[in-house]
Amino acid sequence: MAHDFRMPSLGPDMESGTLLEWRIKPGDEVRRGDIVALVETDKGAIDVESFAAGTVEKLLVAPGTRVPVGMVLARFSGAEVQAAAAPEEAAPAAAARAEQSPALAEPAAALAAAATASAPAQRQRISPAARVRARQLGIDPAQVTGSGVGGAVTLEDIARYAAAVAASPPPAEPARAAPDMRQVIARAMTRSKREIPHYYLSLTCSFLAARTWIEQYNAGVGIQGRLLPSALMLKAVALAAQAMPEFNGFYRDGQFIPSASVHVGMAIAMRGGRLVAPAILDAGTKTIDVVMSELRDLTTRVRAGHMRSAELTASTITVTSLAEEGVDLIVPAIYPPQTAIVGFGSILERPWIVNGTVRPAPLVTITVAGDHRVTDGRAGARFLAYIRDALQAPQRL
Amino acid sequence: MLAVNEIPVPARRVTYREAVREGLRAALLRDPKVFLMGEDIGRYGGCFAVTRGFLEEFGEARIRDTPLAEAGFVGAGIGAALGGMRPIVEIMTVNFSLLALDQILNTAATLSHMSGGQFSVPLVIRMASGAGRQVAAQHSHSLEGWYSHIPGLRIVTPATIDDAAGMLAAALACPDPVIIFEHMNLYNMQGELTEAAAHVDIERAAVRRPGRDVSLITYGASLYKCLAAAEELATREVEAEVIDLRTLRPLDEPAFVESVRRTHRAVIVDEGWRSVGLAAEVGMRLMERAFYDLDAPVQRVCGVEVPVPYAKHMEEAALPQVAQIVAAVESMLAHGA
Repeated sequence: MAHDFRMPSLGPDMESGTLLEWRIKPGDEVRRGDIVALVETDKGAIDVESFAAGTVEKLLVAPGTRVPVGMVLARFSGAEVQAAAAPEEAAPAAAARAEQSPALAEPAAALAAAATASAPAQRQRISPAARVRARQLGIDPAQVTGSGVGGAVTLEDIARYAAAVAASPPPAEPARAAPDMRQVIARAMTRSKREIPHYYLSLTCSFLAARTWIEQYNAGVGIQGRLLPSALMLKAVALAAQAMPEFNGFYRDGQFIPSASVHVGMAIAMRGGRLVAPAILDAGTKTIDVVMSELRDLTTRVRAGHMRSAELTASTITVTSLAEEGVDLIVPAIYPPQTAIVGFGSILERPWIVNGTVRPAPLVTITVAGDHRVTDGRAGARFLAYIRDALQAPQRL
Repeated sequence: MLAVNEIPVPARRVTYREAVREGLRAALLRDPKVFLMGEDIGRYGGCFAVTRGFLEEFGEARIRDTPLAEAGFVGAGIGAALGGMRPIVEIMTVNFSLLALDQILNTAATLSHMSGGQFSVPLVIRMASGAGRQVAAQHSHSLEGWYSHIPGLRIVTPATIDDAAGMLAAALACPDPVIIFEHMNLYNMQGELTEAAAHVDIERAAVRRPGRDVSLITYGASLYKCLAAAEELATREVEAEVIDLRTLRPLDEPAFVESVRRTHRAVIVDEGWRSVGLAAEVGMRLMERAFYDLDAPVQRVCGVEVPVPYAKHMEEAALPQVAQIVAAVESMLAHGA
């Protein structure tokens, strides 16, 4: 069965990407999960994995080409598509793209369709005048949703799309132009604050037990195996999300869709003032040492500009921490279409009353921002308490 | 325009019939070589009463009643034209003209070509066409498209009062045979006859109503259905441009191509049958010349492909109607259908 490998959507605001490098060549056997290409996006260079297994038949796009999301990059023959894994991972991107292009809204569905139908893709319905206008304006008609008879793209659709593009920041034109991370963040956060009715709750708790346990643990391992507080925080949030699934998933098309898996996104600062939140996949079911090693690996790769496509699109909830910056607390904005984000302030020595006595203790203020369309403050309070309690029993993390 | 309104001076309010009559009378008065020939045009005054009183005014030599023999009197007209006269031949309806088709096609349209340009045939033939008066299938057809197929002829379709009065002079000035189609539904229509009638051409199409959203391309009596449709569309904020082709051969292609390049949509309205007709020709020219400017498939609103029925309701059902034109335009503008 033939399979089209397409430019994936690696974030809710991604419209196009530049193919930097092929990691495959015609004749290669590709397994599911293999990295097949390196793609430059606004977030940096991403290693793109394949959802399908098969033999590479043809590479259709040359390195250095900027192509829209959804465009076919390569063709595999004898392909088997793991449809089950794809939808969840592609979901956040799909939700964001839905506004623009129903045809491309569900990459996973498209993959499945490509796998089951060997017939060539139907030619886009577009009026001759619209095609000419699109070419004049440098618009790829495949990105435009048709509103004419039979779904045909008309002049009006092109004009509307052009106006929308003009209103949003233009994509970097030259293939290797510096991606404008600021604009990407601006779009995502503007959407967050425009669409999501946030509520915020915070509590302060002792980090003493956690710190003591980390010190004991680290005494027994080499430098490479040492734990950092962020691993415990991340794991605690993962467990809370497992226990309270209403905080774990996506808000799409007017309803909350919980996710069966817990993929915790971790906000990581990159060089040059960039910020991404790639996911530790299935963080709730991984042991703390695995979470730590993955976190270390992720941080290293993010800072080197090497992320995998699945990591960028999979997060079902996000954790952010400004521990190193000395802030007391952080009031974060939810990353759409997720419905919750947990912020950790710095761990600071403060007076803390234990059994009627004031003592110095490491304290951390944890904040949750929740989507009021899905949960409310009472649930948020329980969610926060779960995280706090988990941090008080670090040996169980 | 021809809407019922106050009459500005010096424009005069006349019927289409009177306008045609004024054109004929002016030609007779201006040029002694001009004469009229046809069935019942003299004593009876013409079957549509266009030539009433001409026999008394101009005499039998110039207003000649003919036998019911179309091939004969059209042939005689060709001979007179070759001999230096300026005959105006009237055929009652286009249906009867088929009896003279051999003369029109094989002789009038052909002689100039066959003689290497040595002989021209400056013949003018007037005929009534079209349906809507319950005169049934043998008197109601629109065969303008058939005649427009023939090289060597010029085909004109006056739809307005000025054109009804003025096209004749231009036709007489033409060295080649010209057929003037007068839609029989128009004879009683009233409107202003203006000085512009003295200067009308038989070369160019006319924009009868400007618009930006769709071009309604038509000729003859269908012009008024298109104008009515445009009025109705305007209430829905759709601005239709109405093009009156005026001359069907040769077609003023740049005129309607230019219009469609602006509006990006076209509906062709033709009382003639749809298949292999004039609307098909106009549509094909748009494909050739304006394809990349089209934002929707070109549409046709044409006569139903049956002999025109006698019964009133069936006759109406067989002809293009305003509602159909409006519906065709709306279907092109419909979103997400």
